Amino acid sequence: MGLTGLEIFKHLPKTNCKECGAPTCLAFAMSLASGKATLDACPYVTDEARAALDSAAAPPIKLVKIGTGDHQLELGDETELFRHDKRFFHPTGVAVLISDTGDAAAEAAAFDELEFDRVGLHYVTDVVAVKCDSGDGAKFKAAVEAVAAKTAKAMILICEDPAVLAGALEAVADRKPLLYAATADNYEKMVELAKAKGCPLAVRGKNLDELAELVEKIVALGYKELVLDSGARDTSKVLADLTQIRRSAIRKRFRPFGYPTIAFTGKEDPLEEVVQAGVYLSKYASIVVLRAAKKEQLLPLLSWRQNLFTDPQKPIAVEPKLYEVGDVNEDSPVYCTTNFSLTYFIVEGEVENSRIPSYILSVDTGGISVLTAYADNKFSGEIIAKAMKEAGLESKVKHKKIVIPGHVAVLKGTLEEESGWEVLVGPREAAGIPKFAKENFA
Amino acid sequence: MAVEIQREKYRSKVGEVVLGATKEQGGSRSHTITVGGESTLPFLHFEGDMPNRPVVALEILDMVPEEWHPCLEKYYGDVYADPADWAKKCVDEYGADLVQIRLSSADPDLKDSSPEDCAATVKKVLEAVGVPLIVIGCGKAEKDNLIYPVVAEAAAGENLLLGVAELENYKAITSACMAHQHNVIAQSPIDINICKQLNILIAEMSTAMAGRIIIDPTIAALGYGIEYTYSIMERARNGALQGDKMLAMPMIGNIGYETWRTKEANTPADEAPGWGEQEARGILWEATTAMAYLQSGMDILVMRHPRAAALVKQNIDELMQDNSY
Repeated sequence: MGLTGLEIFKHLPKTNCKECGAPTCLAFAMSLASGKATLDACPYVTDEARAALDSAAAPPIKLVKIGTGDHQLELGDETELFRHDKRFFHPTGVAVLISDTGDAAAEAAAFDELEFDRVGLHYVTDVVAVKCDSGDGAKFKAAVEAVAAKTAKAMILICEDPAVLAGALEAVADRKPLLYAATADNYEKMVELAKAKGCPLAVRGKNLDELAELVEKIVALGYKELVLDSGARDTSKVLADLTQIRRSAIRKRFRPFGYPTIAFTGKEDPLEEVVQAGVYLSKYASIVVLRAAKKEQLLPLLSWRQNLFTDPQKPIAVEPKLYEVGDVNEDSPVYCTTNFSLTYFIVEGEVENSRIPSYILSVDTGGISVLTAYADNKFSGEIIAKAMKEAGLESKVKHKKIVIPGHVAVLKGTLEEESGWEVLVGPREAAGIPKFAKENFA
Repeated sequence: MAVEIQREKYRSKVGEVVLGATKEQGGSRSHTITVGGESTLPFLHFEGDMPNRPVVALEILDMVPEEWHPCLEKYYGDVYADPADWAKKCVDEYGADLVQIRLSSADPDLKDSSPEDCAATVKKVLEAVGVPLIVIGCGKAEKDNLIYPVVAEAAAGENLLLGVAELENYKAITSACMAHQHNVIAQSPIDINICKQLNILIAEMSTAMAGRIIIDPTIAALGYGIEYTYSIMERARNGALQGDKMLAMPMIGNIGYETWRTKEANTPADEAPGWGEQEARGILWEATTAMAYLQSGMDILVMRHPRAAALVKQNIDELMQDNSY
């Protein structure tokens, strides 16, 4: 919660000079409060007022970056507790854990290949965490170097002995890894190291109270590139702590908790790990670290991340064009639907289920669904006919028949007129497609 | 430094619904299951109560499934042909809290089984297991409307959860539930306003039925619009806690059914090498879908793969641990 318009108004010159573009200082204050204007538009604001307003206007959760270049990961800077209130902005970093006691190079090479393509999107496992389990400085350094050589993705170095960590960091400091972790016992040395190398630093308390205390001490030492860990490892407790950190930061502007968070799974079974990681990803962790590293294990988690972090106000669209499902030929059926991605993929799935190779014409409706687009006149006989022409359907099939969704059966007449094709009215729900196909095209 | 714990103050809570009835209560279940009753968001025990743990139902059909993935055969293949054995296996071997039977065979395009056949199947399943039962129709409204009264009467006293009522078709099922005291699934198409409206219409038919509604917000699987349902559920649950009585019902979702229609759960590894091994992928597709819905307030999760169900039960056990400060 930022300042209200009235609170901001108190700091403004109250001259109503209009130079900012707003009719009065109060109107300008209201725009500031809702984030529609910035203070820079006021030429007469005093430095004192600016300082007071700036600190209140700072984001509730700091943006912290780990890694560099194309593989840099931005964490935090969230403003909501629920995605339906606006959206979540910075997708949770999914980190795979590699121990320095195993074959770090081989595991890192496998990790680097954890990228996925589904529904036209590309998903990436973005972080690799290297952990010092050996207690041996040389071994840890060798593992960190081996991992760095195999992947360019962002890194987390896990080691609580500042001397050992410093040794390993020498090799990869320019990659700006996240250092894990400053605790009550080592924080002064950890902060010194993080500051010297310009790396973000994770802070772990034994509980929320100790975490807040530790953060304040570290901030007092002049370092703010922080990532928080409450120390909890049980699913329910982690959920509670992550919720507290997020609520305190956003609702109360509690500064010690105004940073991204990190959570660790604590399971032997990789399938259980994925489910546990899913809970943390859903409820506010900025990074989740797990050992599960197989494709079938990470694809579901990364898909959930992609879904959760979409903008609820923006319909997701597929490219409007003629899609081929299976081995099509000039006799293949042609279906048409909108380019709302959900609608399209459900139709595509059912057309696939029909086991009859087919074309699907995805008509540009601005990414909205069949009935909404119809109501909005974005899915009409004229528009579909135009899309048919643009896709060159005439030259693809020789039968001149097209299937429209059952919900817009009313379009049959105009589409037949506009296109000169025979229009078949398909089922109302995509689930009816396999049966429809069997009856009409088998 | 003592951190100030942030506790929301809610005005209201989700209503409780009891499923099943024991002998003393006029049924034949070995125990009843109560769902709902939350006075906070999911698993935030530090600020409110979650008196009843969410439950996992396994789904069965009244006929051999035509399109279930072959990987499920090693779990259910030996019992596909007999719904009573199938239900028993779900409970005894796979630890289902309850069983949902879908009367698929009644579909006029499949076997067109009569309402009486359906009722007989339900009776058989009731005899085979002691857990409360969820019964849903074949999905064709005209036929289902003939089935509901017959099944409801045959299972009178058992306090079933019967589904589904929809905005365009809720009277027959609601009447059947009213007459024989069953609970009803009220399904709305990922739309909070229709959800409310349907609950109001059912409550108008009978005030007693208002306390016997389970909301089905119509769920989507992971990757196929899950975030829409997730947000609708979060909004509905927040609404319930803030005092909206017509949203204050427990929620149910057909997770197995939706998951096992997806490409990701079904595609063999050799056709999608980039996605890894198929069965584990399918299990996690289902379990991850369920995990997300647990976080948005689902009370009854209807699942399919036994391993996915076990993963989710484990997750529920962990999340039900007290996390008060």
